Amino acid sequence: MSPSSHGETMQRKRTLAQQDALVGFALILPSVLIILGISLQPIISTLYLSLFESSRGINAERTFIGFANYTTFLSDPVFWITIGRTLYFTLVSVGLELVLGLAIAQLIHTHPPGWQFLRTSLIIPWAVPTIVNGTMWRWIYNADYGAMNGLLLQLGIIDKYIPWLTKPNVAMNLVILADLWHSVPFIALILQAALATLPADLEEAAAVDGANALQRFLLVRLPLLRPAILVALVIRTVEAFRVFDIIYVITNGGPAYSTVTISFLTYLEMFSFGHVGRGSALSFLISLFTLIMAFIYIRMLYRPEEKL
Amino acid sequence: MKAIRSMLFALMAIIMIASVVGCQPKQPAGPATIRVLTMEQAGPTVDEMNAIVGEFNKANPDIKVEIEYVSYDALHDKITTTMASKPPAYDVFLVDDIWYAEFAKAGYSLDVSDRITKDMRDKIFAAAWDIPTVGGKVYGMPWLLDEKYFFYNETLLKQAGFDAPPATWEELLTQAKVLKEQGIVEYPIVWSWGQYEAAICDWVILLYGNGGSLVDDKGAPAFNNEIGVKTLSWMVQTVDDGYTNPASISYVEEDVRNVFSQGKAAFAVNWTYMYDLVNFNKDESQVTGQIKMALMPAFEGSGQESASINGSMGFSVAATSPNQDAAWKYIEFLTSEDVQNRYSAHLLPIWQTSFEGENLTKLEGYTPANATTVPMFNKQFPFAHVRPKVSYYPEASKALQLALQEALTKQKTPEQALNAAAAKWVELGK
Repeated sequence: MSPSSHGETMQRKRTLAQQDALVGFALILPSVLIILGISLQPIISTLYLSLFESSRGINAERTFIGFANYTTFLSDPVFWITIGRTLYFTLVSVGLELVLGLAIAQLIHTHPPGWQFLRTSLIIPWAVPTIVNGTMWRWIYNADYGAMNGLLLQLGIIDKYIPWLTKPNVAMNLVILADLWHSVPFIALILQAALATLPADLEEAAAVDGANALQRFLLVRLPLLRPAILVALVIRTVEAFRVFDIIYVITNGGPAYSTVTISFLTYLEMFSFGHVGRGSALSFLISLFTLIMAFIYIRMLYRPEEKL
Repeated sequence: MKAIRSMLFALMAIIMIASVVGCQPKQPAGPATIRVLTMEQAGPTVDEMNAIVGEFNKANPDIKVEIEYVSYDALHDKITTTMASKPPAYDVFLVDDIWYAEFAKAGYSLDVSDRITKDMRDKIFAAAWDIPTVGGKVYGMPWLLDEKYFFYNETLLKQAGFDAPPATWEELLTQAKVLKEQGIVEYPIVWSWGQYEAAICDWVILLYGNGGSLVDDKGAPAFNNEIGVKTLSWMVQTVDDGYTNPASISYVEEDVRNVFSQGKAAFAVNWTYMYDLVNFNKDESQVTGQIKMALMPAFEGSGQESASINGSMGFSVAATSPNQDAAWKYIEFLTSEDVQNRYSAHLLPIWQTSFEGENLTKLEGYTPANATTVPMFNKQFPFAHVRPKVSYYPEASKALQLALQEALTKQKTPEQALNAAAAKWVELGK
């Protein structure tokens, strides 16, 4: 090996850490490219499209109009009514899901007879595709041959069949009920898993100090569960805010738009009416709202000293 | 270590190249594949459509047709979405009468004017050609020439002491009152008034049957007048009185068929396909043999004898399809007189010649339902009204659906609701 070539080798030589970083980067490069391709590119093109007014049709000619699509929606009462309706759906469904999910998780945690069967069967509603879930509940709610009317009539709660989905104030709550059936198991499973990892000694210590069951639950167990609750809440809130498929199947937004949520409105604008620009702008507004909500949760519930 | 690293890089390079190459559309070797999008609703059954595809594939070894089904209410949005890709996901798709203007303008449907033969022109109903024709150009082949019919359960009517079906909507309410009071059925009539296109179809029947119209000669909305308000108020009143099944406000055609098939309604309004399923198919119906069809009633004093809705559809070739000739060949086969005659249980032919002379007798004999549906078609079709052919139809329709629903759920008066919808139509037409 001649001195000159030796010098070149020295120059090209990288430290061990640099080499590792390079290999590491090369290894993640394919997945980075894929992620950029399937998530960033659509986001950028949606943002781009939202700045245009286009006549009907996906490939139609477009005129640049800046942020006019956004300002139109933000000053449109229909938009705010729809946001209000979506928030109602989100708050009621996620709120009830959390309470019920926590109750079921507690129940499983006490290991009653058959708790393993209960835990396994909980997966089923969660595993059913939402669209199938929607179709099932549409049948259940049917006024003339649905199971709900049949059940309530036999129990003597109603004296004749009720057309549930024709009442604007009832229809939304029934969609929420169908969503509960699907999503409570998700929260229950997350919280049950978190409960299983909680140290028992803290509660025992609290019991020795004379705390009753309620105090132990509220002051010891619940704070320990906070990281798991945060995860469940963020995921479910974002999902609930974007609810679409279950509404599409059960009510198609009816009666009289009473179940049109913001995602459904976006779908109508984008695909049914062909307003690509307006639909894209709505998609971005949805993202904005979900980000705000996620931020609020993290502010409220996340403590940096805790590990998720 | 170095060797391993080089191997890793090489491996990654291969993966990346392969993934890029894999994105290129593959040139199909062998038969040209034609992908067809159609609906599973209010027309031929999936079995019938599959059988036609089977016949075609057998007779044309160089073409392979693959067919997919969606519900009617998903069809429009699926077509507009898939047309964004090139080549499009479907070479052939089913287009409703009311979408042809939009699809022609957006460049989705291929202009097939040159492919229409003189034979087709002469032998197919002139009304059928109106479906795919926009601005003098033909953007598809008519396939389903349908309208809504009035169905009644003769057995239930006889129990209530009526020998004949109602000729007017007023008479219908008189009969409904007796049917309800005697406890024969709780809700004598069931409609498809859900927040779907189906509601517009039923509304057209009632509006035109009252002497009204959706649009005037200039294409401006004409439904927010005295006749429109009177008609919509009538609908609301029949729900309040318990003559209309209140669940109608959430129903589409299939719900109507299910309720009617269970004998829970004495009257129903639906497309041709319901007759065979409700009157002859014991798996689908509890009232086989009890169902009759009659001319759609109209309102007294309206000067109308009858009014119905023209709900016709055609098949289009995707304008960007790479296999246009093969696609057209399949459409020609599907809409040919022979195929349409043989598969006429749930859909009558577009061919006028099928309804003439000896052919008529033959057509009436193809399936048990045809003996009734074929003469009914001839009787009812002169009274069928079309919806406006405008490129913004889906949005206009949604506004009118909302108006009907707002009135039916008592959120607005019929007048307020119709005025709001008409204002939207004016705005869209600008």
